[in-house]
Amino acid sequence: MEIKVLAFGIVKEMLSHSSVTVALTEGATVSELTLVLAEKYPAIKNLSSFAIAINGCYSTADTLINAGDEIAIIPPVSGG
Amino acid sequence: MNNTIDIKISAAPLHTQACIDWAMSPHCGGIDVFIGTVRNATKGKNVIRLEFEAYESMAVREMTKIAAAASAKWPIHKILIHHRTGVLYPGDIPVIIVVSAAHRDAAFDACRYAIDTLKQTVPIWKKEVFEDGEVWVAAHP
Repeated sequence: MEIKVLAFGIVKEMLSHSSVTVALTEGATVSELTLVLAEKYPAIKNLSSFAIAINGCYSTADTLINAGDEIAIIPPVSGG
Repeated sequence: MNNTIDIKISAAPLHTQACIDWAMSPHCGGIDVFIGTVRNATKGKNVIRLEFEAYESMAVREMTKIAAAASAKWPIHKILIHHRTGVLYPGDIPVIIVVSAAHRDAAFDACRYAIDTLKQTVPIWKKEVFEDGEVWVAAHP
């Protein structure tokens, strides 16, 4: 399945786009998405950390990804 | 969202007095206000401006969670969290948190919890722009 991934802040600059599309197998988890992203966009490995949000909520490594989910890469936050 | 929680992400300037007026109530013995302001230097380097970006829908959701958790944890009356996006200059206000409560301990504690948690969980990012370069805060080890 094709998954659209939103990018914000420094990740948007690293990817040169506010969103990218990656291919995942059906039933993929967040940890698989993280591996695919790191391979396709090695710059994100320079971040001190990043989280993946699914439908506006922080996910864990074993969270399942479904077609149509709103996925976002969340680099370290720095609001306030 | 209910009438004791007020959450906003705004590209327009924040209005401190309006935020305080919203929290004011005859039930309250005090109002605690945290105003974040843009500092003109980081580690001795002059800051020209900050550029704030938010994942707005998730940021509103996370800010609402913070307000709800504070309301559950302390006996407070109202809690407001407003955050700016866009370009801000030294002295501008990126964040306002207002908490009203019958007694001051709850207001102080809830207000501190709200700003501390916001800085850890809410998907908002700032880029510091210096005279000789720029950096996304906290992005690199």
